[in-house]
Amino acid sequence: MFYREAGQFKQSYAADQAIFPIRQDRIGLAVILLIAFVGIPLFGNEFLLASVMVPFLILALGAIGLNLLTGYAGLLSLGTAGFMGVGAYAAYKLSTIFPEVNILVWILCSGFFAAAVGAVFGLPSSRIKGFYLAVATLAAQFFLQWCFVRWSWLYNDNASGAIEVPARTLFGIAITGPSATPVTRYLVVLTIVVVMTLIASNIVHGRIGRSWMAVRDMDIAAQLMGIRLLPVKLLAFAVSSFYCGVAGALMVFLWLGAAEPAAFDINLSFVLLFMVIIGGLGSLIGSFFGAALIHILPIAIRMLPDALGLSIGAATVEHLTFMIVGALIIFFLVVEPHGLARLWQIGKQKLRVWPFPY
Amino acid sequence: MRAPGDKSGLKAGDTLLAVENVSLTFGGVKAISEVSFDIRKGEIRAIIGPNGAGKTSMLNVVNGFYHPQHGRITYKGQTRARMKPYQAASQGIARTFQNVALFRGMSTLDNIMVGRTLKMHRGLFWQMLRFGPAMAEEIEHRRVVEDIIDFLQIEAIRKVPVGKLPYGLQKRVELGRALAMEPELLLLDEPMAGMNLEEKEDMCRYILDLNNQFGTTIALIEHDMGVVMDLSDRVVVLEYGHKIADGTPDVVKADAKVIDAYLGIERGVSGPSQESEAT
Repeated sequence: MFYREAGQFKQSYAADQAIFPIRQDRIGLAVILLIAFVGIPLFGNEFLLASVMVPFLILALGAIGLNLLTGYAGLLSLGTAGFMGVGAYAAYKLSTIFPEVNILVWILCSGFFAAAVGAVFGLPSSRIKGFYLAVATLAAQFFLQWCFVRWSWLYNDNASGAIEVPARTLFGIAITGPSATPVTRYLVVLTIVVVMTLIASNIVHGRIGRSWMAVRDMDIAAQLMGIRLLPVKLLAFAVSSFYCGVAGALMVFLWLGAAEPAAFDINLSFVLLFMVIIGGLGSLIGSFFGAALIHILPIAIRMLPDALGLSIGAATVEHLTFMIVGALIIFFLVVEPHGLARLWQIGKQKLRVWPFPY
Repeated sequence: MRAPGDKSGLKAGDTLLAVENVSLTFGGVKAISEVSFDIRKGEIRAIIGPNGAGKTSMLNVVNGFYHPQHGRITYKGQTRARMKPYQAASQGIARTFQNVALFRGMSTLDNIMVGRTLKMHRGLFWQMLRFGPAMAEEIEHRRVVEDIIDFLQIEAIRKVPVGKLPYGLQKRVELGRALAMEPELLLLDEPMAGMNLEEKEDMCRYILDLNNQFGTTIALIEHDMGVVMDLSDRVVVLEYGHKIADGTPDVVKADAKVIDAYLGIERGVSGPSQESEAT
């Protein structure tokens, strides 16, 4: 009843090509952004900001990166954590070599290093696809992690083998290091994630995004349209790795504060892949849904007994959390194999015709 | 709808594509042996033959998917070296497939927009902004695509994912995608396979309109002899990879070898070879 586009006529192709052509969607987005930028920083406590929202946004950014590659270009990758690590180590090296340059510049620049590495490890995609490509990208994962351990120059010969984030400021306000407040860190991460999501959305709605999807759906026909497969696939690897690299840099600089090579192990690659699959392949909003389901849901379940006044042992809660999250993942995949994003689409469609069935 | 870009400067009736003595083998299997024919600008050229005659292989050779072991192909007056499919596309050769090869996850509109890829030039930077020149380019091409949608009468399904469309409409969208490339040579691989009479008539109308109004040269493979004889200006007949006849529909229809290939040999009657190069 409220969500219905009746009467909203498009007068121009520009209006029809808009990313949110329906007015209610635009209002909804504005409300979400308002809550994210104003509501949460004002009313959220330190725990919500630092342990829920910041990791959620960073993981969502990584999931968007993987989704561009796997969901849009159809190239399965298990090297995501490796590419995130490249971003993190590049940002660390750059910020320690050139401490006078603003850290945000280096966090974004680190994406280019990840993009270059990603494009190199994307070369096998010219010959192989599907699960075989996933295995080939596994090589990237193991090789890069080996570099992070063995190549001591990368962590400035630190005896612990870890990288520690130096304290850096923006306009005199600490944004990294121990003195940075959760609110500042949250706002910095949020701004970067929102801008990069917008850019990703622009790319996938344009010529490049269509070429990616064409290669994903039918590569023979794509070639006939004049699309050269290798450059398109490498661009997908590069853009995807850029997003992963920035996510990795953000993860170390604005979330963890320090990182060992183990932070970028294959588990992280799998977690991101699950987020993309559960959220919905080929959907940007699905990346957020997937990240929310895998990161926020367990936290919420853990807090539930306290909120309800039940006294359950911490270990039991932990076990229950695993069971509930696992069951929910199976449930969602059975209900809708195309992910939460498709459920969202169906829900919106139902809302459009409500209270009628169709 | 815009007429295809006429960059070649060829007049109607000039040879657009010449295939000379082309042979293609896969291991020990001879798919095409020593086949020669030509396609003239502005004509509708049919390639017919029984199953396994090498018709689709022939299109794949013209397209650059297969590389013939022998023979040469001259396109727009230039003898072609080994080429890739995307190079064929950039020279104005478009095609549709026997089994629909649409991008199933994308809408009709996006599918046809992919056909405009070669004509769009804004790079990653502008694509990231989707603003100013990038948006202007997008809208310019949207306008062309809308003309094609209009021509094919598929307005109602422009936002529908093509995977959900019935077969006949999918074929039509595929034709639209090929048209979006503004091809000089359009290869249609069984455009009417599996269609009912009404859909066939529609498709015939689109093919004739394309040829008459925009002068698009069309090469089509088709099994419906009624359609082939009515539509085409000239027909080439293949059997087991060999060319057995070439000429106007009337000549081909009367050719003893063609009748043999299609109806079986009538004992004692099969006359001498009538290799007719008529025009």
